Order: sequence, then structure tokens, then C-alpha cells
Amino acid sequence: MKRAKAAGGRTLGSYLTGYVLALVLTAVPFGIAATGALSMQSALIAIGASAIVQVLVHLRYFLHLGLRSTPQERLLAIAFTAVLILIMIGGSLWIMLNLYYRMWA
Amino acid sequence: MDMRILGRLTAADALPFYSWVAVGGAVVTVLGLLTIVGAITFLRKWRYVWTEWMTSLDHKRIGIMYVMLALVMLVRGFVDAIMMRAQQAVALNSTGYLPPEHFDQIFSSHGTIMIFFMAMPFLTGLINIIVPQQIGARDVAFPFMNSVSLWLTAAGAGLVLISLVVGRFSTAGWTGYPPYSGAEYNPGVGVDYWIWAIQVSGIGTTLSGINFIVTILKRRAPGMKLMRMPLFCWTTLATSILMIFAFPALTVTTALLALDRIFDMHFFTNAGGGNLMNYINLFWIWGHPEVYILILPAFGIYSSVVSTFAAKRLFGYKSLVYATMAIALLSFTVWLHHFFTMGAGAGVNAFFGIATMVIAVPTGVKVFDWLMTLFRGRITFHPSMLWALGFIVTFVIGGMTGVLLALPPADYLMHNSTFLVAHFHNMLIPGALFGYLAGYMFWFPKAFGFTLDERWGKGAFWCWIIGFYLAFMPLYVLGFMGMARRMERYEISAWQPFLLIAALGAVVILAGITCLVIQLVVSIRKRNEKRDLTGDPWDGRTLEWLTSSPPAPYNFAVLPQVRDIDALHDMKRHGSVYVRPKQYEDILLPINTGAGVLIGGLAFVFGFSAVWHIWWVAAAALLAILATAAARSFRDKTEFCLTGSKVQEIENRHFRDLAREGVL
Repeated sequence: MKRAKAAGGRTLGSYLTGYVLALVLTAVPFGIAATGALSMQSALIAIGASAIVQVLVHLRYFLHLGLRSTPQERLLAIAFTAVLILIMIGGSLWIMLNLYYRMWA
Repeated sequence: MDMRILGRLTAADALPFYSWVAVGGAVVTVLGLLTIVGAITFLRKWRYVWTEWMTSLDHKRIGIMYVMLALVMLVRGFVDAIMMRAQQAVALNSTGYLPPEHFDQIFSSHGTIMIFFMAMPFLTGLINIIVPQQIGARDVAFPFMNSVSLWLTAAGAGLVLISLVVGRFSTAGWTGYPPYSGAEYNPGVGVDYWIWAIQVSGIGTTLSGINFIVTILKRRAPGMKLMRMPLFCWTTLATSILMIFAFPALTVTTALLALDRIFDMHFFTNAGGGNLMNYINLFWIWGHPEVYILILPAFGIYSSVVSTFAAKRLFGYKSLVYATMAIALLSFTVWLHHFFTMGAGAGVNAFFGIATMVIAVPTGVKVFDWLMTLFRGRITFHPSMLWALGFIVTFVIGGMTGVLLALPPADYLMHNSTFLVAHFHNMLIPGALFGYLAGYMFWFPKAFGFTLDERWGKGAFWCWIIGFYLAFMPLYVLGFMGMARRMERYEISAWQPFLLIAALGAVVILAGITCLVIQLVVSIRKRNEKRDLTGDPWDGRTLEWLTSSPPAPYNFAVLPQVRDIDALHDMKRHGSVYVRPKQYEDILLPINTGAGVLIGGLAFVFGFSAVWHIWWVAAAALLAILATAAARSFRDKTEFCLTGSKVQEIENRHFRDLAREGVL
């Protein structure tokens, strides 16, 4: 564990924390889908929430992003990506749910 | 899944005996290939072609090969276009000369080729040749990846070309909408050719985008702040950002369609619980940014051309930069306007309609900036300037029909009519192609060391612009008269006069293409009188004109110090141009490699076998690609050192030319 004390929080411990969190966040939605324990709507919300948290875990523990430790232009790029993902996924959901509402609901 | 050794490839299915026109096309394609191979063999140039060009990692040579690919595909795409115009000119109450199956393949391949294999390689090529020089860099950030991008694009183009000889191309249009493009209604290989051509070349495009972004952000010369970059670099940056964010959407969408077709999945089949509208939604999430991927680089070229040939600093540089970036962001917020008629609610349609109109604002800002640059300038009517002037006038007309189409109620009337066809050709021909041709004539001397003949260039311009108006203005009228796009035959005699004018327009454009060919031949013949020895034939304002023509492999022996937006113009004014150092330093350059060609070739094999369900070959090709990439990444020695004395030798020659021309 000696060389684990690298720069920017890149320790074996932090990698393991990230790994365990990622495993849990994968197991939870898998379990929800396999057991059918929740109702359809709450299952979808739970799966979606674990996916988003999983993304944050990867960014924090594997890509070592931090609000203070990461250079600003790189955070800007991440923010831009987040905005585009929001536009694409949010827009798609808006459009397709609107279609669903008008055709089947 | 098909598990036979050759999948579904059988001679009876594969050969194009369903129509004599298709046989003709196949023969021309094969003869064209044989002519090229034969000519290189006859001239004993294989070693030269392989070592100097195909394996080259020099960004300028890669760029030239991209442009060559684009020009070849321009001719192929144009043949498709004039065939459609000829069919519609004669197909009143008759079947014309093309069977419906074949006509559908032609409009599908025309769109696919012009977007993916003409426009994309053309802009990528021009960026490759020019952008590193404009920012004062010696190379792109990842020279090997650049070669991989080129050969993946070529592999995709090869798949489209071979579909004419072995099998058929898609009949589902360049957008490939399900359910028609699904396995149930389209069991043949056509849609698969379309899918794999796009997959293979799309990966190349994404890699190019990454390469250009890193090059621009990391490789700028000292003093070249972002806000001092020439506008072409800014539009390249915006286009590259769009490439890496938008192309994954296309890759995923066509991959899902492939899963539907191959593994009987149901992403887009209504009966199986899928939703075909989601294909259209995902496709246009890529599709609309793609429009700006094509147009923004042309905007950058026009900015260079207008400012050089008006001999003035670009008017409103900052507003052009902000407008570029605003367009880049807004281009992600308008995609629903491609399918207003899906029938979304008023809120959704209103949002996307307004966003579409808003995007016209930054574009309008740019038009006024170019006009103000021209105002009171000392204008030289070089062919590139003519393309730019033709663009400003024509593009504004196309833009206004676009704002009209942005109104959902109006769109309901025009959707899928020839009015739409006229609109997007009115945007993309002046907005993209004219720009690339302006760049081609502007930067040709930089790439080859001699200028292009201006008389034939002007001829090409006039034929193209007159042909454009003749070919597409009638389509606006026909759209109002209710003619749908993609009609193989029709019964309404009132349409025919307009279709005849449109066909005449295509013939005039053919004359324009002929002028381009003659211009190239004449210029090569007269290359000795047209030599550009200074490297700066147009009294250029930006750094690409500081290098020799053609530039040395390293572009700049000494990295330039930048103090102004028009960096070279500023140096000329202060007399700090063409200053020689006491001693030249050693320069590291990439070693040529055939790995890029190999990966492209394997990607072609992979695509071809995936189309025909020859799975064992597809898997082997994929593994071989991974193995090649891995083997290449273990190579430690990828660069060689050009010693300072060699650099001095090359520079001595350049400065001797400069002295002879009286520049020094």
C-alpha cells in the first residue's frame, strides 16, 4: 500500500471505493428488474437514478474529477457535455412521451 | 442468422442483371477501377503511390487524398442526380428508362454519397491541409489516427461503390426510415450496405473530430490565442465538436437498426413493441448538427476568401466567432423540425419551430459581417471570390425558405414535397459545396505549388450557379403544385415543363463539372508558368501563406510568433516576415506506416462480409483490426529526426525562390 499515495487522490482505497460503489449501483437495478419488487414506474425511476449516480461515481473515482482539483477548461467541457446530454435525452423523452400521450394514453 | 460459408452471397442474387442501366453502372465502376490500377502499373508508380501517399502521415498529403476522394465521389453523386432529372423529365405517363427499384437505389445513393462521401471528405481534406498551417503548427496532434480516419472513410466509400457491382444499394433513401428499412419489408442487402458504409466511415469522422479539437487546443503557435485564430479554425473547432457529439447518435441509431435486421430485435418495429418514430428522433439528433458540420467549415472558407480578396481585415471578427459557437449549440436544439408531421403536441412543435427560426439570427449576423468586409474593399474577382458572392445571394434565399418551413403549419403543407428538396439543396450547394470549391481554388497553390487556371474556374462558377437556379427554382414551384419528392413516374402534365427546366439545369451543372475537370488538366499542363514560388500568391493575411508552396513536411522551420488576428499581414507590415534564424533546430516528424491502410482495408472486408452475413470473415476482420491497432501501439519508434542541416537545405531552396521573386 506504499505507492498507493499518489497525487490527486489516486489511491488504491479510492479505486476500491469506486469499484464497490459501481458494483452496488449495478446490482441494485439488476435486482429490481429481476425480482420485480417495485411497481413499473418506481422501478424505472430507481434504475434511472442508479444510472446517473453510477456516472458520477465513475467521474469521481476513475476519472478523478473534482470541482477544485480539475482545471477549469476541463470542467467546462464536462459541463458542455452534460448540457448536450440533457438536451438529447431530455428532448427525446419529451418528444416520445408527448407522442405516447397523444397516441395511446 | 445465416451460417453458410459465404452467407447469402450467391452469383445469381449478387450481379446487377435486373436492369441494363445498372449493368452499365457496374461496368463503368469496374472499368474506372481497372483504369486507375492499370495506369499506376503501366507507369510503374506503385512504389511511389504506396510510400509517398497511401502510407503518408503528413497532414497535407492526407488532406489531398481526402479531397481527391471527394471529387471522385462528387462525379459519382452527380451522375446519380442527372439520371434522376432525366427520368423525371420523361416519366410523364410512362415508366421512363429506369425501373422503380433502380430509381429508388439512385436517390438513396445520391444522398448518401453527397453527404458522407463527397461533403465530409471534402471538408475534412481542406481542414487537414490548412488548419495546422493557419495555427502555426507542424502537424496534427495524432498523425497516425489521421491516416486511420482517411482509410476508414475510403472503406465506407468503397462499400457504396461496390454495391453497384455486387448486390444492390438501399432503396430506403439516405435517411433509411423504418419500417421500410427493416428486415420485414427490405430483406435484401441494400440497407445493409448503407448501414455498414455509414458505420465504418462514421468512426473515421469521429476520430477526425477528436484529432482536430486536440490540434487546435494544444498545437497553436506562440501568441496564437484562441481569439486570434483565423475564422476557418474557429469553424473547424465548432464542426469538430459537433462531429464528436453528434456522430455517436448516428452510430448508435444505425447499429440498433442493424440489430433489428440481423438478430430480429424490435427497437423500431411497432408489432414487436418497438417504436419507429424513435429511429427518426435519434437519426435527426445526429442529422441536424450534421447540416452545420457541413456548412460551418464553408463559412470559415468564405471568411478567409472574402477578407483576402477584399484586402481587408474581417469585419466583426468577434461577432463571427460568437455566431459560430451559437450556431454550434443551437444546432442541437432544432432536430424535431425534420418530423413536425409526426404530430407532436403544439408545445413541442412550437418550441422546435421557434428554435429553428432563432438559428437564422447568428447566420444573418455572419452574412452582414461578410457584406461589411466587402464594403469599400479593393475586391479582386478571383473565382474563389465569385463562389463567395454567389453563396451570399443564393444562401439567403435558401435560408428564407428554411424559416418558412420552420412554421409547423407551413411545414405540414410542404413536408416531403419537392419544395423541401429545393430548400435543402439551396442550403447545401451554396452553403457547403460552393465553399469547398472556393477553398479548393483558393488553397490549391498551397497544396501543389501552382495556381489553378482562373478562366476555367470562372466558367465553372457561372455554369454551377446558373445550373443551380435552373435545376432547383422549378422544384420550389413544383412543391407548391403538390409534387412529392422521389417520384419515379407521374400523371400530371402541368409538372413536366418545370421538370424539363430542372433537367436542363442539371445539364448546365454538368458543364460546370466539365469546366472543373478542364481547369485541372489545363493548370497541370501549364504548371510551369503558373508556379507559385513565394508561397503567397494572393497577398495572404493568415499563417498558411507564410509556408512555401507546397509546404515542407514540417510546415514551419521556425514556429511563428503571432501578435494579431491577421498574423501574416501584421508581420508584413512590421517587416518581421521571412526572417531567418542563425541556426535551424532538429525537427521530429512521424514515420510513414501502412497500418492505417491495413485497418481501412480490413474495415472494408468487415463491412462487406457483414452485409452478406459471412460472419466468420467479419469476426476475423474485426480481430485483425484490433490486432493491427495493438501491434501499432507497441511500436516505440514512430518519429524520425530531420536534422537542422537538412532543414537548412530545404529552407535555402525556399529563400532562393523568394529572392528570385523579389520578395526579400
